[in-house]
Amino acid sequence: MRTIDTSILTDRVREMCRPLAMELPADVKACLEVARSAENCTTAVSVLGDILDNADLADRESIPMCQDTGAAVVFLEVGLDVHFNSDPYAAINEGIRQGYEKYYLRKSVVADPLRRVNTGDNTPAFINTKLVPGDKVKITLMAKGFGSENMSRLKMLMPADGRQGVHDFVLETVSMAGPNACPPFMVGVGIGGTFDQVALAAKRSLLRNLDSKHEDTYYAEFESQLLHDINQLGVGPQGFGGRTTALAVAIEALPTHIAGLPVAVNIQCHAIRHQEEII
Amino acid sequence: MAAEIYLETPLTEEKARSLHAGDRVLLSGSIFTLRDAGHARLIAALDKGEELPVDLQDAIIFYVGPSPAAPGKAIGSAGPTSSYRMDPYTPRLLKEGLRGMIGKGYRSEEVVAAMKEHAAVYLGAIGGAGALISKTVSSAEVLAYEDLGTEALRRLQVKDLPLTVVIDSEGNNLYETGPAEWKAGL
Repeated sequence: MRTIDTSILTDRVREMCRPLAMELPADVKACLEVARSAENCTTAVSVLGDILDNADLADRESIPMCQDTGAAVVFLEVGLDVHFNSDPYAAINEGIRQGYEKYYLRKSVVADPLRRVNTGDNTPAFINTKLVPGDKVKITLMAKGFGSENMSRLKMLMPADGRQGVHDFVLETVSMAGPNACPPFMVGVGIGGTFDQVALAAKRSLLRNLDSKHEDTYYAEFESQLLHDINQLGVGPQGFGGRTTALAVAIEALPTHIAGLPVAVNIQCHAIRHQEEII
Repeated sequence: MAAEIYLETPLTEEKARSLHAGDRVLLSGSIFTLRDAGHARLIAALDKGEELPVDLQDAIIFYVGPSPAAPGKAIGSAGPTSSYRMDPYTPRLLKEGLRGMIGKGYRSEEVVAAMKEHAAVYLGAIGGAGALISKTVSSAEVLAYEDLGTEALRRLQVKDLPLTVVIDSEGNNLYETGPAEWKAGL
């Protein structure tokens, strides 16, 4: 058994907030650069150039790349041999509170969905926990902007709808999202599971590197097909028209019930922001 | 690509009518910021017959909730938020003289109809380019609704804020023509 002082969680989460908001991950930058060189539309080239310039400026001058510094979504993997000396969730929330204050990030969380009073410190974080073997803790912190979260959708398809039904729902969702969700997107797709788990699968898939492929060739091929078809929609960067509507599609498939085919599409804007630390 | 048009506030009817969907604009002058909660308050004030805290005649509202300003800066990151959430309030404000809106994303048919009726324009700023946009803001002053924090009503002074005309005063819409033209070129 390894005892972890939860103040370490607070410190790490606080310091992850800076790169989270101000440093666009290398795989995203590389993908945007490839997209820019593949565009044949001058407006699209210009918009992608602005997005890349924005990322450089954000890092250089410590300005959040987007004013929506997100709801803090946390994926926590806790080793079975770990013992925390106090409440780890409280420690993570304290890290968010300190980090969002220290780095001048926007506090975008209201305490109640209908009465809507801002909590003033961007807590609570939305934490998902998984138990794993070992004595380590892995924290993955995602800043999820709501321009794209609002354009995400879930549907309980019929088994008869099959792969084509999933395909059409994904395309419809991306098309409806259009300029509202700040394209080019990363499109996270959950398929299977239950009503609750399919949404989580879609969100988890957004943590994948943009240059990665699904390990199952069936789904890798489906991802390629979806990306190709999405990029025929013509939405383009910012919805002004162009080839680059999405940078990547990532699928996570789950076992499901004989009667169901749940599908969830979590849209992620081009500010794909996540950081991870292993303690 | 269209040439860049230098535009200064106030946005008069004549200036608004000269803009066309797809034009690239560099905007300078004084604009207001407002988003969801602030819009609800303006409408509540109109419902009660109260005077608005600002004059909307020929004004431009930028839909933004900026991140906090770091020391020595006028404003934090300041990109546009999704405009459709302001649609339920917008026709009423257009009637009050509002001439321009800066945001991102689709508008409702009701908003486009009201824009045509009142000769207003909808300008797109690049969503997710909040750091770049912040460099065009020289000052930010809270005018009302300070308790709303990031959602307060502010006046910004901007210099060469880069925008694209998305919907013009005749209802032409770049979100329709841009993708259609790209597809036609395939």
